[in-house]
Amino acid sequence: MFRPRIIPVLLLRDWILVKSIKFKDHRYIGDPINAVRIFNDLKADELIFLDIEASKNNRLISLDFIKDVGEEAQMPFGVGGGVRSIEDIRAIINAGAEKVVINTHAGQNPDFIREASETFGSTTIVVCIDVKKKIFKGEQTWILNGSLSTEFKPVEFAQLMEKNGAGELIIQSIENDGTMEGYDIDLIRSITSEVGVPVVALGGAGNEEHLVEAYRDGRANGLAAGSLFVYQSKKRGVLINYPEKNGLMFG
Amino acid sequence: MSSKVVIVDYGTGNLNSVKRSMDRMRVNSVVSSDYRDIIDSDKIILPGVGHFGRAMSNLKELNLIETLNDAVLVKQKPILGICLGMELMAKSSEEGDADGLGWFDAEIIAFNVSDKNLYKVPHMGWNKIFIKKNSHLMKNIIESSEFYFVHSYHLKVNDESDILNETNYDFTFPSAIEKGNIFGVQYHPEKSHDAGAQLLKNFLEM
Repeated sequence: MFRPRIIPVLLLRDWILVKSIKFKDHRYIGDPINAVRIFNDLKADELIFLDIEASKNNRLISLDFIKDVGEEAQMPFGVGGGVRSIEDIRAIINAGAEKVVINTHAGQNPDFIREASETFGSTTIVVCIDVKKKIFKGEQTWILNGSLSTEFKPVEFAQLMEKNGAGELIIQSIENDGTMEGYDIDLIRSITSEVGVPVVALGGAGNEEHLVEAYRDGRANGLAAGSLFVYQSKKRGVLINYPEKNGLMFG
Repeated sequence: MSSKVVIVDYGTGNLNSVKRSMDRMRVNSVVSSDYRDIIDSDKIILPGVGHFGRAMSNLKELNLIETLNDAVLVKQKPILGICLGMELMAKSSEEGDADGLGWFDAEIIAFNVSDKNLYKVPHMGWNKIFIKKNSHLMKNIIESSEFYFVHSYHLKVNDESDILNETNYDFTFPSAIEKGNIFGVQYHPEKSHDAGAQLLKNFLEM
């Protein structure tokens, strides 16, 4: 049986690790490089780092930071934050990341994903689709760290990104972010049933049962979370942790 | 380990992670697209992520094909191909409809899964390897260890004795090949925690 990947998603404000609730109320978590060392010891499948203020501030995630992660990480990792050009992607890959995560620029310029995947190969290009309901419009795709909505419906945008060559899609529920009450399984399933590329579920995982649900009911190929891996429990005491993979019942 | 390792840079993908693995093991290695570094080396790593056809034309443009053939087939230097680097060792690939280095009687074919909903392509993630023959490359690696895979094409091997590992994703495919001094792995040992580090160590001991 091919098991899903379990992926800690770590949010950065520059070089500081933070965690949000519904994309707000950011709390200080700690030093990201120290977290990488712990995730090495815990044999994490993969890591994702997102600099949540990069696009808003018109800058790219720090390349020096990526180099530092690369020095430590013994697993594949992806990074995102402010990626707007082919040169940005090349710089990130040269700094040592395997995957580049794109949100804002994919929403603003969907054709950029085609150019990126043709240049670097699909498996390098990951599109993060942030989803939130909008009054009278239903679920929409959002950019700029959830501050601006686009006209795209999530399924429609996911299909467009697949067509343009994205090798993987992260589907993130803004409303479930940080709640630790479970993924938006219907949202995940609506995407996984319509695309052929791997889909990573994100937003809301609070325990291992939630991970199993996203795989079993949502058919996600990757199970990503923030709070679950940086907090000890819903009381939110900081403790970097990772599940015993073979202990999870994915069968 | 005092040997000199060349990591062949032919303009594709992430060579840094391989280089860093070497540095962690305190191995003298160089990332290079200069044929002289291949001639000077004791061991060769052919990494790579990307497009088969483009990779072969890059090797041609860099004038590396003859040097590699001489180093591997005549001088018998140990070589490890990783992912696309392994695929290039086959005779041909459906990706770009191109000829490969032809060191193995094998072809690279597209992943043709039975259910696209169940088995997404690329095959991306951690999967088990099954060891099919005795090899120093597998020393201290436990049967059915997990390694990290990312690929949309896979091996079809005509000579079964070349198969070192198999992996299952919808169906069983060869995930590593070995013939004499030539080794190729579909997975990424440089990104596969302890088992991956062990495999690279084993290769460097050759």
